[in-house]
Amino acid sequence: MDITPDNIIYWQWRAITLNATLLFTWLIMLLLVVGSWLVTRNLSVKPKISRWQNMLEIVVEGINNQIHEVSQQEPNQYLPFVGTLFIFIAVSNLLTIFPGYQPPTGSLSTTVALALCVFVAVPFFGITKQGIGSYLRHYLQPTPLMLPFNIISEFSRTLALAVRLFGNIMSGSIIVAILISLAPLLFPVIMQVFGLLIGIIQAYIFAILAMVYIASATRNHRTNHGANQPSEEEIA
Amino acid sequence: MNIDNAGLVGMVSIIIAGITTGLGAIGPAIAEGWAVARALGAIAQQPDKANTITRTLFVGMAIVESTAIYCFVVSMILIFANPFWNYYTQK
Repeated sequence: MDITPDNIIYWQWRAITLNATLLFTWLIMLLLVVGSWLVTRNLSVKPKISRWQNMLEIVVEGINNQIHEVSQQEPNQYLPFVGTLFIFIAVSNLLTIFPGYQPPTGSLSTTVALALCVFVAVPFFGITKQGIGSYLRHYLQPTPLMLPFNIISEFSRTLALAVRLFGNIMSGSIIVAILISLAPLLFPVIMQVFGLLIGIIQAYIFAILAMVYIASATRNHRTNHGANQPSEEEIA
Repeated sequence: MNIDNAGLVGMVSIIIAGITTGLGAIGPAIAEGWAVARALGAIAQQPDKANTITRTLFVGMAIVESTAIYCFVVSMILIFANPFWNYYTQK
């Protein structure tokens, strides 16, 4: 029993190793790219659309709505990044229903890579949205005394993102492995179904937290307007 | 019964692994219970806002839960990838 799929090595040549994490990440990338290409090859606006196009539209529309609700901004600029995070993590967690599959998100390397993407994306979106000076000034926000804490929080939330996803997925697969050796009949299946639910929730949480971090970096100017906005909506 | 260094390391690791998850899960469990109770109360008062409340609840619970997950990861490292254990068994 392994704590991470990094230790399962399929092929090795000198310093290059092909482990389960890499292999299944590539498989998911292939699945997503080829699947999206096949679906979007002939899109139509006729009254009757293909069922796959319908499915993709639901997914994209749903992600769009969530981004808009969280950030209160135009969702199209964040959709590629946040949507990719969500779909990649969700698919990699959902495929655990296939026997022999090791979720790449159960490896700390993958989750740290995803969290580092968020770590880079937050200042990227922040600087493109409001300029470098204005972005850096929000580190001094309530008072300049808070500067070290703001910087620490930047790193600690990246670590938390990575370890949260890793811990949840890894614990799911370890619990199933332990249960198979203890009570192999029926009970692991229940935990595995529960693991599917946890996988979707964790994908959702990862994407939403990434969006919340990006929104807090881009929305600095409009804090006063932002405070008024929800109340206007509540009246309407 | 004599216990050599490796046995001692193994014993302490297993005991601490159990204590880590056991103690670390208490706080988040209580906190999540409160969060769910409050969220249910809020949904009962304002059923139209159920979407927003549920989303905030999930995100908040994930953040609360992460401390328990940290403890669990530490336990798993102690059991399956213990650096001290590897050091003594390889020597």
